[in-house]
Amino acid sequence: MSADSTADLLVVRGLVAGYGAAPVLQAIDLTVPAGTIAAVVGANGAGKTTLLRALSGMIRPAAGQVLLAGEDLRGTPVEQLVRRGMAHVPEGRGVISELTVDENLRLGGLWRRDRADAGRALDEVYELFEPLARRRRHLGHQLSGGERQMLALGRALVGRPRLLLLDEPSLGLAPRVVARTMALLRQLRDRTGLTVLLVEQNVRSALAVADQGVVMSLGRVVIAAPAEKLRDDVDLRHAYLGF
Amino acid sequence: MDRFVFLTIDGLSRGAVYAAFALALVLIWRAARVVNFAQGAMAVAAAYVAYTVSAATGSYWLGFAVALVAGLLLGALVDRVVMRHVDHTSHLNPVIVALGLVLLIQAVLGMVYGNEFRPAEAPFSRSALTVGGVAVLSPYDLFVFATIGVVVSGLAWMFARTPVGLRMRAAAFAPEVSRLLGVNVGGMLTLGWALASGVGALAAMLVIPTELGLHPHAMDLVFVSAFTAAVVGGLDSPPGAVVGGLVVGLLLSYVSGYAGSDLTPLAVLVLLLAVLLVRPGGLFAPVTARRV
Repeated sequence: MSADSTADLLVVRGLVAGYGAAPVLQAIDLTVPAGTIAAVVGANGAGKTTLLRALSGMIRPAAGQVLLAGEDLRGTPVEQLVRRGMAHVPEGRGVISELTVDENLRLGGLWRRDRADAGRALDEVYELFEPLARRRRHLGHQLSGGERQMLALGRALVGRPRLLLLDEPSLGLAPRVVARTMALLRQLRDRTGLTVLLVEQNVRSALAVADQGVVMSLGRVVIAAPAEKLRDDVDLRHAYLGF
Repeated sequence: MDRFVFLTIDGLSRGAVYAAFALALVLIWRAARVVNFAQGAMAVAAAYVAYTVSAATGSYWLGFAVALVAGLLLGALVDRVVMRHVDHTSHLNPVIVALGLVLLIQAVLGMVYGNEFRPAEAPFSRSALTVGGVAVLSPYDLFVFATIGVVVSGLAWMFARTPVGLRMRAAAFAPEVSRLLGVNVGGMLTLGWALASGVGALAAMLVIPTELGLHPHAMDLVFVSAFTAAVVGGLDSPPGAVVGGLVVGLLLSYVSGYAGSDLTPLAVLVLLLAVLLVRPGGLFAPVTARRV
């Protein structure tokens, strides 16, 4: 493994993807260093969700390269990605509402060979999210929006991912819950070296927590810059974020 | 009163078979959203394999075991070779393909074995034991109850308590999310087909000796009854399928005992129609519908 690949956990080169004839993503280039948080922001229809779906193989890229820790992910089936260390929490969070909290969480670690560590990871998630521990036997559809968020995030963490793809974690949640989620991401990054690629409409809270800000528009990356620069530079903000 | 006891036990014994067959339909419906109309024909095919093996070796139990294995394999085969390649955007497509499979399987069985009834032996006596002068149940009835009890509780345990059961439920409810969590959804679907077809083969092995014998169409009426049982229970509910199977078994037994056996096919259809009109979701329909 080259030095380059250990420094940059995720490298995307010239990624083209979409659903029909006209691609949504047009030659995306993106680099996320290990142990950092990257926030992808942009208007509706910029291709943010499509980017995550292409990264995790839910849609097949028409061209380009996705490298995870230096390994090309092309042709890797979706269900294998979690074994490579990539966890994707989809938009709407994907809690399986017919299963209990405990079943949802266990599902996140079922693929692991190291059963003892899967058990430890499960306990850690219950420690991290107190409310889930109290509602182990409740069905997914009985949870509040905030609890679902915790469950989806916790379920991804049970797999001890290296890279976490998060699609709109703030969607439909109270500001206090959003702030808590963002703080948690930062905490995970500092404590466990987790790398996060976050897609957000909520530009302010995303850039507040991120190391790198990536602005997308109409299927292209228009600028990738340190988050604080995007946040604090008035000209950049006006030009790319519109506020 | 004696007659009532006899009819009740006979009904429960047939009902247990319908329950197993309905459970097989529910398994596939939950996993693949397909009503497997070919299940009867597939089960008969497995029973013919058992017949061949038993005839060659002289061992009923070897044939019985081979029937279960043949059922499992046939289910996996039908999924991998046929159903996987059917466009599921319209619910009608897999139904038509399944009906085509029925014709194909029955035609092949007819060509190989001939369209005649072949006697199917029962491994235990079918004459009822009497308790205090009342004919209660036969050793064969006991065998049916025990086998189906073991299979139903085994399946319930598997789905509720084992990792593979959790994977199968997750794959059925949310295939896309399950794939993201590392579940081999396609494999779970094949496993679901195999299990269902295996249970179907078991039901065929149990019911055929109580009817006219082995014939390519031997399971046609059983299929209609089991389908009714599954609808009565709500196609989505495994416990509903079991209760529905027992209800249909009892109903048919009473109708044939008190009103005449010619009326039983009619009674099944009347029940099916009534449930569809009054409570189309089945008696065990969940309170809220799932939005897809």
